[in-house]
Amino acid sequence: MPSERRSRSFYVLATIFALFVLFLYGPILTILVLSFQGPDGGLVFPMRGVSVHWFVDLFQPQSIGDIWGAFDRSWKLGLIVLVLTVVLSFLAGLAFRRRFKGSTLLFYVVVASLIMPSVVVSLGIGALFELLGWERNWWSSALGAHLTWTLPFGLLIMFAVFNRFNPAYEEAARDLGASGFQTVRYVILPIVAPSLIGVALFGFTLSYDELARTSQSGGALNTLPLELQAMQTNATTPVIYALGTLTTALSVLVITVCLVAVLILQRRRAALGSDAGRGV
Amino acid sequence: MPARLAPYLLAAPLALVFLAFFLVPMVLVVVVSVFNYEAYQILIPDFTFQNYDDVFSSGVTYETYLHTAKFCVIVWLITLVLGFTIAYFLAFHIHSLTMQITLFLICTIPFWTSNVIRMISWIPLLGRNGLVNRALMSAGVVEEPQEWLLYSDFSVILGFVHLYTLFMIVPIFNSMMRIDRSLLEAAYDAGASGWQTLWNVIIPLAKPGIAIGSIFVLTIVMGDFVTVNVLGGGQIASVGKAIWTELSYLQFPPAAANAIVLLGVVILLILALMRIVDIRKEL
Repeated sequence: MPSERRSRSFYVLATIFALFVLFLYGPILTILVLSFQGPDGGLVFPMRGVSVHWFVDLFQPQSIGDIWGAFDRSWKLGLIVLVLTVVLSFLAGLAFRRRFKGSTLLFYVVVASLIMPSVVVSLGIGALFELLGWERNWWSSALGAHLTWTLPFGLLIMFAVFNRFNPAYEEAARDLGASGFQTVRYVILPIVAPSLIGVALFGFTLSYDELARTSQSGGALNTLPLELQAMQTNATTPVIYALGTLTTALSVLVITVCLVAVLILQRRRAALGSDAGRGV
Repeated sequence: MPARLAPYLLAAPLALVFLAFFLVPMVLVVVVSVFNYEAYQILIPDFTFQNYDDVFSSGVTYETYLHTAKFCVIVWLITLVLGFTIAYFLAFHIHSLTMQITLFLICTIPFWTSNVIRMISWIPLLGRNGLVNRALMSAGVVEEPQEWLLYSDFSVILGFVHLYTLFMIVPIFNSMMRIDRSLLEAAYDAGASGWQTLWNVIIPLAKPGIAIGSIFVLTIVMGDFVTVNVLGGGQIASVGKAIWTELSYLQFPPAAANAIVLLGVVILLILALMRIVDIRKEL
């Protein structure tokens, strides 16, 4: 119905949509602006000059808390979670293409993990480490807690991908004598690569921003979101906005890199889709 | 490797992660909920229902659940109407796929940024000297700064809607995109008005998405403590926050008993919603 004249309801809905987008982005833009507050400025408007004073302040050692230690832990943890999420989701996605004993059970466990209140998961992992007498750490208990949050997203994306996957490609590969591993490596993997970038995006950003499940599983040293939450309760200067702007900038950078990577992959695919006769 | 074994080997790493970090911890929550505790020994093996007794005999528990239920109902209604409207706009009023993807991405990008920052970013807007109060006062709508804007039920609900409407948009949009467009034309040809088509064709077919979105929003709001903490400013109670507070005093057993009760409520909610939808078919 593209030729249809735009109805009045279109404009009403478009306005609602625009307001919703403003609602989504408006607040974050405010703290973006406020993070450039002048040295004498406070936590709210008006702006008393424009400066990068609070960004510089972030790098001063006397700043509250252990921001850079927290940042260091958070991005490393994010990368570990990214790799594990991509690999484990892809493998399990392959497994789920065939029925196997326990597949339904595993599926429900994964979904349960996704919708389980985070505070309960956190409590359980905390109790586990406490009972074992193990120290809770960002690279052990918190890593596990993050995986219970990112893997469901990863697996559900792989389900969506493989539900739409045309098995004719694999059958063709098999008919041509490819082994199981070769089929995965040269046929399935290249086809699902853009989706794997999507899984990676979920893996990193969900971990990097995770707070609720980390709260009891993170141990003595905070990750960045925990540090931010702690700072927020006694913040008196716009330094917290500067930190917010920086961490949002990093998230946006990761999102952009992933989206661009997907676009490039799709371009390449459109340009070089067929490798017939090139003996790959 | 034998083909029969392949799925098991491929699924094993993922299954092990969930066994170690999800199933075992969940069992432990049940176990710990009947444990005893003291100030310097946070987990004393025992078999006592004292923790449950404390949960159920305290009037605070019922108040907290009631308050959380209030959040659930209000947030659910707002996110449902808003999410449905946005999804409807994207699915039926935008006709080019590129445009659909672009607008959809615009809605999803904030999801990949920090929730804490997104909550904190309301503070300069809603605070005593915030933008909203200034605007209201300079427009002469109010005389004094409004205190109910921040650290109140209002700001908590606003925060929930801000953060979680996306969880409604995505599944409802997904359901709507699968609706065969010829059904809408058939409804039109049969003389149905726009509202009739919406009510009798689109909503019934979008039901699975509505159910999935509702499960997400309700379970998140039921168990949330971060939003309530940051935007409620210590004044507002919720079930998740009660558990979190106990945990911050290292009272694991009572927190676990509370968590089990919360889980019971959440499971009942989900079972009710699952009657409407088979999640696995929807992907």
